[in-house]
Amino acid sequence: MSGSALLLQFLNGLAGASSLFLIAAGLSLIFGVSRIVNFAHGSLFMLGMYVCVWLAPKVGYWASVPLAAMLVALCGALIEVGLLRRIYKAPELLQLLATFALVLVIKDFALWAWGPEDLLGPRAPGLTGAVPIAGRQFPQYDLFLIAIGPAFFVLLHLLLTRTRFGILVRAATEDREMASALGVNQRGLFTAVFALGAALAGIGGALAIPREPANLEIDLAVVSDAFVVVVVGGMGSIPGAFLAALLIAEIKAFCIGLGYSELTLVAEFIVMAVVLIARPWGLLGRPIAELRGRDQADFRLAATKPMLAMLAVLALVPIATSGYALVLLTDVLVFVIFAVSLHLLLGPAGMVSFGHAAYFGLGAYGAGLLVLRYEAPMELALLAAPLLALTGAAVFGWLCVRLSGIYLAMLTLALAQIVWSVVYQWDSVTGGSNGLVGIWPAEWLASRPAYYFLALVVCALSVGALWRIVGSPFGQALRACRDSPLRSEAIGINVRAQQWAAFAIAGTFAGVAGSLYAFSKGSISPETLSVPRSVDALVMVLLGGVQTLVGPVLGAALFTWLEDSVSREVAYWRAGIGAVILLLVLALPYGIGGLLRKWSSR
Amino acid sequence: MLACARSTLATLEVKQLSAGYERARVLFNISLEARAGEAVALLGPNGAGKSTTLKAIMGLVSPTSGDIVFNGRALRGLEPYEIARLGLGYVPEDRRIFTDLTVAENIEVARQAPRAGASTWNEERLFKLFPALAALRDRRGGRMSGGEQQMLCIARTLAGNPSAVLLDEPSEGLAPLVVEQMARAILEIKRARVTIVLAEQSRHFAGRVADRTYVLDKGVIRSA
Amino acid sequence: MVLSVERLSKAYGGVQAVRDVSFSVAAGEMVAIIGPNGAGKTTCFNMLNGQLSPDSGDIRLGGSSIAGVPPHRIWRLGVGRTFQVTATFGSMSVRENVQTALRSFYRENFSFGRAAGARYVEEADALLERVGMRDQGERACAVLAYGDLKRVELAVALANRPRLLLMDEPTAGMAPEERGALMQLVVDLARRERLAVLFTEHDMSMVFGYASRVIVLHQGEVIAEGLPEAIRNDARVREVYLGDA
Repeated sequence: MSGSALLLQFLNGLAGASSLFLIAAGLSLIFGVSRIVNFAHGSLFMLGMYVCVWLAPKVGYWASVPLAAMLVALCGALIEVGLLRRIYKAPELLQLLATFALVLVIKDFALWAWGPEDLLGPRAPGLTGAVPIAGRQFPQYDLFLIAIGPAFFVLLHLLLTRTRFGILVRAATEDREMASALGVNQRGLFTAVFALGAALAGIGGALAIPREPANLEIDLAVVSDAFVVVVVGGMGSIPGAFLAALLIAEIKAFCIGLGYSELTLVAEFIVMAVVLIARPWGLLGRPIAELRGRDQADFRLAATKPMLAMLAVLALVPIATSGYALVLLTDVLVFVIFAVSLHLLLGPAGMVSFGHAAYFGLGAYGAGLLVLRYEAPMELALLAAPLLALTGAAVFGWLCVRLSGIYLAMLTLALAQIVWSVVYQWDSVTGGSNGLVGIWPAEWLASRPAYYFLALVVCALSVGALWRIVGSPFGQALRACRDSPLRSEAIGINVRAQQWAAFAIAGTFAGVAGSLYAFSKGSISPETLSVPRSVDALVMVLLGGVQTLVGPVLGAALFTWLEDSVSREVAYWRAGIGAVILLLVLALPYGIGGLLRKWSSR
Repeated sequence: MLACARSTLATLEVKQLSAGYERARVLFNISLEARAGEAVALLGPNGAGKSTTLKAIMGLVSPTSGDIVFNGRALRGLEPYEIARLGLGYVPEDRRIFTDLTVAENIEVARQAPRAGASTWNEERLFKLFPALAALRDRRGGRMSGGEQQMLCIARTLAGNPSAVLLDEPSEGLAPLVVEQMARAILEIKRARVTIVLAEQSRHFAGRVADRTYVLDKGVIRSA
Repeated sequence: MVLSVERLSKAYGGVQAVRDVSFSVAAGEMVAIIGPNGAGKTTCFNMLNGQLSPDSGDIRLGGSSIAGVPPHRIWRLGVGRTFQVTATFGSMSVRENVQTALRSFYRENFSFGRAAGARYVEEADALLERVGMRDQGERACAVLAYGDLKRVELAVALANRPRLLLMDEPTAGMAPEERGALMQLVVDLARRERLAVLFTEHDMSMVFGYASRVIVLHQGEVIAEGLPEAIRNDARVREVYLGDA
């Protein structure tokens, strides 16, 4: 690569860093004071994009930028007052889910308001030309963006150091309780900070318009990038976010410049891994005091008999029908395995994974690739595919167990997003966005009832095995690590090893579900391992209740059925699911299992 | 006549207070009071429940039973910031300086409007009380010595112009010389008619600044 | 000597928390470490059980060095511990807490095949018997009185048949009338089973009532060591810690 090309890539990286910084800074600020990781931050960015495209023809591009920021800020303030304020004391998992529900609602709102097509916005008046730099043409607008990042960094710095508001924000970030004891009312402060963070996301979105069209997929892409930046830079640190944004954006720019765009994600992953191993709290971060609310004790519903009875009934279903109901039930069985495997992490291990679909997808793609590329027999592929999931879970788990709480959740999400991107981009192997087609079961399993029976047997064995594991000495030691890591270490339990093993086991069973899924559908796409799929699993578990293993079984069944019937009949089903999640978080924090227990203990 | 009536009226009254953390019971039916302008010491060994008493008054620990009345207002159930805005200041045992903030910024966080019937403390007056702080105005809290932090912590609380302050072991862990400065500063605060409730282990220190002493032992008031 | 500590030092955040601390504890002995807040007691403790690595100096357990060894390994070498704020498994019953420690002792943390609930019930009950908690085995830890939690912690700490028991403020948070009973329990255990016990404590009646020897830390250094009576009358100790009270 020549010197001038190098310079240009460097400048490209700087331009990318600016918008990354804007969004990460907002995320970080909000987390700093409220301790909530705002999953919907990418959605606010997306909203900024759409509002800008919508307003620009009316008021001109430059006027639309501050207007977009203001509208998004208003939206942020409404979210804080209407939703977040009610859940500041809820467990982290519920907070994350609530903000994810917002992602769904905002996405469908944008779909409703602006339609499914990508919307191309105007170019920035006055900055449409290019400047010769080192013998090449460099867009003026990108130069402007390069200046924007540091400019906002300085503005934010001034706001945080020179104003009373900024001083209170910093004080509350460091010690909320002490700030309160000194007379600082935090309600207003939280709303203002949330609005400010939203405004930054809105500006970021509006400023991105001259470079890329507004689209419905940008929300999760942006928020997972921001997660990586915040994890690398250190949660709650603005200079950390700035530094990390530069680092990540430059790495991306150089990988693309060198012609290895596939390498981008791997490089990002390696940077993140190195940083987290050397500095678990990020480059400029500091340990976060865990604010986790005490979880309700686990319980076992006396459900062995009902479960066996249910198994018997399910075994008889093919006599009654071989129609669509069987297909739907096969789906249910697959997702029961998936949800129960996630439950091992969420429940007994107490680790929130926002990327469980990665292992589901690895299982599915493993099966597909074995059959299609290596022409392995289906039976072998079904058995071997989960090993790919196991490998993935072992590698990611090794990193994840070094963290806890919110950092762990964000890391699982970022890692899953990386797997998704690799699958999405690696056309030659994974088929890219088209996915893989023609993954059919062996002949003796090809009929609907036959495959249904296979799914039923695998599901029963998997649930049984996980049930056993939870009740085994291993499972109890895992629970011990969740209840009190301190005490666990003090009685000879190696907490990290225990949790690592849990990751590997959960990943393997998710892989089992994935490979079963691949053969039941015949084709798979990157959607199989996307973040929404991970969240589906979380909703299933929470719907059923985390405290008992019966919960995820019921939750998976109900959710799969709901999704199937809702998505066929309702246009904006995502918003519907978002609404269900919000309802769940606000009204039914212990899930169906909790409800059943309440009834049974009466 | 009026002054005399006021001095007999309790500014802060704690009645039959019990409190603890989760299942650890710490306080058992504590009662105490401080009259306007008075300095009261709460004396007792470590773990006796002194800090918990002050935290419960400040709304940082929820009492399991009992009442707290400050200037005629019941404090139980109020948020700490509401209590602080009624004019009750709190200096925690572990100081809890905002380490990322400078001395001036730490003071700014706690600033409140002047209060009728209470002394007003602007920055100038605070630096007169603790001359050592004036030179450190732009120093970050995390880069100060323990004694300097303790001064800042008291100065910060005074910036809210409180009519009463709760001081949790202000002499703890300080060099003898600094302890002496601290005692003089507290006497100065007392002269400004700020009511003081002082938790202390050292009988000597308490004796220098307090008008009256309660002895707290294992969560129970032993003598007054 | 069960435990010998030689010139242990640890600094963090620019503060010398522990400086050149040396002492030892013999089997059957109850040694108390006292001193004002910030004197380095907790730092010392955390180095002894492996949560912190010392900057310099050595910790020897029965002759072999355990400095810098992670907590779960130190436990296997025979060190039990209770915490200042009780750390029990809140979602489990009292017996399950002890069973978990026993399964760990028998190296079953990675055993998958068996059901955990039925294992070591009798042994767990025997341990609970020793701390007077046998009749409460079925109860959830979450509903226990604080003093009883401390007993559970003690039973858990005894599950690996320790040579050395570390207790960080064993009676903190307990009602006054429960304190003596717990300490008497520990004294009896130490005598009967030749257990070495090292504890920190702020309640001086517990220290002078039950310790066989007292070590006083001040600003990270040992300023006095000796029999309780001598410590009580030591001028320097009175000055920095005990006061005239």
